[in-house]
Amino acid sequence: MNKNIKAILKRELYGYFHTPVAYVFIIIFLFLTGIFSFYLGAFYERGQADLEPFFRFHPWLYLFLIPAIAMRLWSEERKTGTIELLMTLPISTTDAVLGKFLAAWCFTAIALALTFPMWITVNYLGEPDNTVIIAGYIGSLLMAGGFLAIGSCISALSKSQVIAFVISVVICFLFILSGFPLVLDFFQGWAPQALVEVISSLSFLTHFDSINKGVIDLRDVIYYLVLISFWLYANVVVIDTRKAD
Amino acid sequence: MSANNGTPAIEVRGLDKQFGPIHAVRNISFSVNHGEVLGFLGPNGAGKSTTMKMITGFLEPTDGTVLVNGHDVMTDPISVKASIGYLPEGAPGYAEMTVIRFLEFVAEIRGLEGAEKQQRIDKVVDQIHLDGVLEQTIDTLSKGFKRRVGVAQALLHDPDVLIMDEPTDGLDPNQKHEVRSLIKEMAENKAIVISTHILEEVDAVCSRAIIIAAGQILFDGTPAELRAQSEINDYDDAFRTITSRFYTSQGEAGQS
Ligand SMILES: Nc1ncnc2c1ncn2[C@@H]1O[C@H](COP(=O)(O)OP(=O)(O)OP(=O)(O)O)[C@@H](O)[C@H]1O
Ligand SMILES: [Mg+2]
Repeated sequence: MNKNIKAILKRELYGYFHTPVAYVFIIIFLFLTGIFSFYLGAFYERGQADLEPFFRFHPWLYLFLIPAIAMRLWSEERKTGTIELLMTLPISTTDAVLGKFLAAWCFTAIALALTFPMWITVNYLGEPDNTVIIAGYIGSLLMAGGFLAIGSCISALSKSQVIAFVISVVICFLFILSGFPLVLDFFQGWAPQALVEVISSLSFLTHFDSINKGVIDLRDVIYYLVLISFWLYANVVVIDTRKAD
Repeated sequence: MSANNGTPAIEVRGLDKQFGPIHAVRNISFSVNHGEVLGFLGPNGAGKSTTMKMITGFLEPTDGTVLVNGHDVMTDPISVKASIGYLPEGAPGYAEMTVIRFLEFVAEIRGLEGAEKQQRIDKVVDQIHLDGVLEQTIDTLSKGFKRRVGVAQALLHDPDVLIMDEPTDGLDPNQKHEVRSLIKEMAENKAIVISTHILEEVDAVCSRAIIIAAGQILFDGTPAELRAQSEINDYDDAFRTITSRFYTSQGEAGQS
């Protein structure tokens, strides 16, 4: 990581923690993960020592929370005009995009790390398979990266954070949906099997579920990395062509 | 920073910018040498800021080239950006950052580290008189202080080429005077371009003035030559004479 990326990463993290965004996000994230796992996921009643009910809801939480932290990445720079300052400093667009993305990803990692009481709780209550739990965390973080890359790219398209948020949610929703049995059944009837597989393999859920079973398959990791690279590349192109509009 | 070796610090050739139907800058050419302070004048919407944005590599020209210290802004933007200090129009800054953190951020990206970084920050804070607001966040600064932070940020790396879009807009009379003296002081070994609507500034700091209107250069000469365009030997009058002559010839209503 070069020093430009590091300087931008530092500045962005500073930005998160010096506005209410960080605290509101972390509190809501912790609150909702708790609610979802204990009530909807029947964390206790299942009588099993694992974090499956906790991770199961992450895609749905991320669907709304990640676009909310990604929306400010570029929209705000464009709206306030700081993008002119940033992009006339001697850095490449790629450095700027990576620095911002990594800052948002670090921030998500911090929020995720703060769910550690859950982990402690299951270890206190029973004897969970901790490798499955670690895989769950890694899968969740990778998925968050995918959502963030989409959100970052979309936020570069608009000066309005609200518009960026709404469009990101819709696109992220499509990426979740494409793995849903309902959607796949719909295609199953008439579309060629290969297409159905492609659609399903594009889904966040498909890859998240398989990591969640405790096996980190290289293919799942590559899927997320390719997805992130694709959206960040698109992000660079958007900034290069539309930064001054 | 490259040495003053005869090539102009800034060379603008056939620069053109179109925003859809708006033809903001029309085929303008000029160059600026080290030691010159160029005043960029013109009515609102003339294309001053647009030209500066193209020189600093923020906007891509529709046509034409910009060379800064011999580096082409299209093919070698990083070198161009490294040698320029730029104050964008409106002096944007990160609202939630304190002044000192903001200056540190810019210094880091400018490649300053350790003792040198500290020394440069101390120097500009002293030059621009920012010591009283260092711990204040930028969104709580008054307009004039915000502008001063923008100027400070542009000077951090002691750039070879300085481009400032309305650097004294919103400053109190004392600060206007300070910034002008600073510009004059730095002029000796830098190439400086400032845009302004205050014509007394041309007299105070510029060694050369360009007037543009509707994206075209109407006048390029020394302050004395500019003043000579007026029957009463006055800058404002000269500005009005030149621009209204242009608008009349364009068949448009005169603006000033
Ligand atoms: N992003 C943009 N999209 C469309 N038109 C633009 C854009 N930026 C500038 N323009 C237009 O280009 C023209 C020149 O604008 P510019 O900001 O360069 O003027 P200026 O000389 O700096 O004026 P002022 O003295 O008011 O600062 C104006 O007509 C303006 O409306
Ligand atoms: Mg302007």
